[in-house]
Amino acid sequence: MHLTLEFAGGAELLFGKQKNHSIDLPDNNSPWTIRTLLVWIRENLLRERPELFIQGDSVRPGILVLINDTDWELFDGLNYQLKANDNILFVSTLHGG
Amino acid sequence: MPSVICAACRGERPAALVRPKTSEPYCKICFFDAFEREIHETIVKEQLFKPGETIAVAASGGKDSTVLAHVLKLLNERHSYGLKLVLLSIDEGITGYRDDSLETVKRNQQQYDLPLIILTYKELYGWSMDEIVKAVGRKNNSFENATSYFFAGTFCGVFRRQALDRGAMKLAVNKIATGHNADDIAETILMNILRGDIARLKRCTSIITGDESDDNEASTIPRCKPLKYAYEKEIVLYAFYKRLDYFSTECLYSPNAYRGNIRTYIKDLERLRPSSIIDIIHSGEQLIVKQTAKMPVQRVCERCSYCSSMPICKACLLIEGLNKGVPKLGIGKTERYRKEMQKQDQCCSDQSLCHCMKEKLTVKEKD
Repeated sequence: MHLTLEFAGGAELLFGKQKNHSIDLPDNNSPWTIRTLLVWIRENLLRERPELFIQGDSVRPGILVLINDTDWELFDGLNYQLKANDNILFVSTLHGG
Repeated sequence: MPSVICAACRGERPAALVRPKTSEPYCKICFFDAFEREIHETIVKEQLFKPGETIAVAASGGKDSTVLAHVLKLLNERHSYGLKLVLLSIDEGITGYRDDSLETVKRNQQQYDLPLIILTYKELYGWSMDEIVKAVGRKNNSFENATSYFFAGTFCGVFRRQALDRGAMKLAVNKIATGHNADDIAETILMNILRGDIARLKRCTSIITGDESDDNEASTIPRCKPLKYAYEKEIVLYAFYKRLDYFSTECLYSPNAYRGNIRTYIKDLERLRPSSIIDIIHSGEQLIVKQTAKMPVQRVCERCSYCSSMPICKACLLIEGLNKGVPKLGIGKTERYRKEMQKQDQCCSDQSLCHCMKEKLTVKEKD
């Protein structure tokens, strides 16, 4: 399944300073969710200091998640079922202003 | 798409975000409207500005100051505040860090059509941060990098606090507006509680400091925080949805692990209950310091006339250390040295530091 991931607000620093990532997730028995996507990101994309991005099974508090430009809190958060070509944006609010 | 409708326009448009203060779903248009209106209401209610004033917007190129500059410019026109706005940036002289953020500020200057003034540490203090790091590192070959960054961060923090005031004084502005947001204020309140710093605790919740109502800091330029009640989440989303141009990176020399821990704690609280942040601010505002509590006396530095709780301010002490080749001088126990400096000042006509620094102060103004 094809997705675009975007890291911004300083979160990109943990991903080799690359903001945009076009990815293809392998077919799974169960549908992909944000929760399982985060595991995939940790194993495949995250370059350094995973604790600055992931905490428990979620993103670290202070990192906002937007699904197709919409706050993930309006969806099911971690349980949101990903659809092909979704755009998932992770914005850190933890960096200087 | 989610089926949630906007709580403000009641279904005209689909919701785009959950507002942390109220947990209500809002669409983008209603969110912009509410965000800007609330800042306007804060400005009016707290009487932050008077018509005809010149306001320096402290601009770092980061999200908070970029949103602040954008919103102040917009509200100034929309509600005819009659303010003259200028962007004031401080260049610490950190290669790679400030270079990029200053480029952002320069683009902001174009985008918002506001005058921009950049002052450098080199101009203000005679030393750039890169030079300070070298000096600290050179004297301490055995130091780990992290340790010299820590000391450098101490310099950077002390110098930055004064730099805005020195810059603002030089430019003869009436007030400085900074981008401190609700998360920052809540963080500072908790930090001052944990440190038992009653004087700062009392001051840190004020939306405006150094004005007529504040005898302690009468000698400095008043500062105000128009984004005091604006959540960081909303600031980031406002900047994102408006496609504002801002810069984000971590400062290399950031030494404040203590603040960092509190920041993490605040974010954890926010996830459990988003209103926690505003609740902490409201609680902080209700605190009253007992009349009998012992408070540090505020006075002005004998060398540079900047407000200080000691006869010689921390910045002057740090500069003295750098110029004498003992950069660690101003860090740790300093009382003895401060006294010696005072003695020197009294018997020696060559008061070389801040006085002549003031003369050397030159302003690069770009219109």
